[in-house]
Amino acid sequence: MSDLIQSLAVPFQYDYMIRAMGVSSLVGGVCGILSPFVTLKGWSLMGDALSHAVVPGVVIAYIFGFPFALGAFIAGLLAAGAMAFIRAQSRIREDATIGIVFTSFFALGLVLISLFPSGVDLKTILYGNILAIADPDILQVVGISAVTLLVIGFKWRDLMLYCFDPNQARTLGLRAGVLHITLLALLAATCVAALQAVGAILVLAMLITPGATAYLLTDRFGTMMRLSAAIGVATSLAGAYASYFINGATGGCIVTLQTLVFLAVFVFEPKRGILASRRAIRMGIQANQPRINANER
Amino acid sequence: MKTEDVSLDVEGVSVVYPNGHQALSDASFHLGAGTICALVGVNGSGKSTLFKSIMGFVNPTVGRVRINGLPVKKVLKQHLVAYVPQSEDVDWQFPVSVWDVVMMGRYGAMNFMRIPRAVDKLKVEESLKRVSMWEFRNRQIGELSGGQKKRVFLARALAQGGRVILLDEPFTGVDVNTEEAIIGLLHELRKSGAIIFVSTHNLGSVPEFCDQVVLINRTVLAYGPTADVFTAQNLAAAFGGVLREFQFERSTIQSHDGRAVTVLSDDERPLVFGKDGHLEYMDRGKHEELLRKRREEHE
Repeated sequence: MSDLIQSLAVPFQYDYMIRAMGVSSLVGGVCGILSPFVTLKGWSLMGDALSHAVVPGVVIAYIFGFPFALGAFIAGLLAAGAMAFIRAQSRIREDATIGIVFTSFFALGLVLISLFPSGVDLKTILYGNILAIADPDILQVVGISAVTLLVIGFKWRDLMLYCFDPNQARTLGLRAGVLHITLLALLAATCVAALQAVGAILVLAMLITPGATAYLLTDRFGTMMRLSAAIGVATSLAGAYASYFINGATGGCIVTLQTLVFLAVFVFEPKRGILASRRAIRMGIQANQPRINANER
Repeated sequence: MKTEDVSLDVEGVSVVYPNGHQALSDASFHLGAGTICALVGVNGSGKSTLFKSIMGFVNPTVGRVRINGLPVKKVLKQHLVAYVPQSEDVDWQFPVSVWDVVMMGRYGAMNFMRIPRAVDKLKVEESLKRVSMWEFRNRQIGELSGGQKKRVFLARALAQGGRVILLDEPFTGVDVNTEEAIIGLLHELRKSGAIIFVSTHNLGSVPEFCDQVVLINRTVLAYGPTADVFTAQNLAAAFGGVLREFQFERSTIQSHDGRAVTVLSDDERPLVFGKDGHLEYMDRGKHEELLRKRREEHE
């Protein structure tokens, strides 16, 4: 028994594991708290786009030796700007616009990596490498997270109103344009932070799955935010911890866990889960039975 | 309730969208305090563009909109303009309760973090009670009936304390009782001096509750008291051949024997014009004066 406990405690003996778990849960929490806005605003595709569009920024930052977060953030905003510009100036549909822009940015990133092979490892960008995260990178993630949490902490009601009813926001004299850009900037910033933990490909899961799961559990936005953040923190912590035993693929472990939580809720949630709605339909049929008979009579 | 006089002036407004589409040209009208005014026109006549320019979402290419003599942008900061959206424009699955939605009307008056104060909560409670939705305050908005949904958004406009209230198709998907309740509330607001501006397709209901009408088709064709503007001739100009028409003199009703004629309508109220092209009202009792005048004219 004590052997088991000892082996379960092993990850906590390694400094790199403790850091990985810490950074993962921070990133998971920040993505989780932003997740309701992304899912309810219908920005899933936008999140996917930004997470890929930041790649050339990261590469350029490594080549020239300035903070990766800055490069990634600028690339993300440039991509968002390019999408808005093409959308406004042409009749191309929004999803096509997003597709064109983010693949262009991603392709540029690939070209840059192959041109400057010593700068940065492609696998690190695509899949993340939280176990080998360097101290300056941790600092950047913490900085991004702090700013994001502060902005959401102070302005979440405005951002919620903007997602729910932008026209009401405008008639109240709130600056809808500023709220739009704030939300976009937060999305880009969290993409950058999550890049470290799970890599560009799985960032989207961190931004969507916790919010979608929480949405199935509650009817109130505040609760949804808290639940989503809690799911993000818990799955990221547990995922990073589990990855020690499975030996690698931290991002994969985290996202797989998130998916399992989502599936459990999707099936078993007492009010809206699949089982509950099946039951409701059955009960409904039974409840209606006598009335149908009465009509026939 | 505030009783300062509010006014709405639309002065030579033209709106051309970036794609070159001219939605409005040289539209002008004036509304004074204490009125329920209908905005009537076909689809694509510029109704929503006009609403958008009054709410400041669209800047007129030419002309200007003034509320209380001030530019819209300034008035929005005072939260004087309230908007009740069309049901189709609302995401009913959004995780907010009735209470949350009405509280959104108070955001403009709240502090930086939008933490409700006692006065905000009181206003929300008051507004919800006025539309008889207080018992439903903890419901998620998607779990309401069509009429209840409308009343929630009306309560939001009340909580905001808007003096210019824009309603977009307030009676679609609403049962008759709720329609009466909403109209009753609009009458109270009119009495308090607010400008109620209602965009509607429901022509039959306009003479029943609107004292003024703005008739548009890419520009303002006519505006003023309902009885003056709502003539068969004006409506024909606004709608072209788009309206369904039931002409009594051509119909089988005409060769009648003195028995009463009844017009029934399932969803929308019928708009009825009498023999001389007079606008006819549903309830004779409320229009004694008009009947007397007609009788005199006839004799």
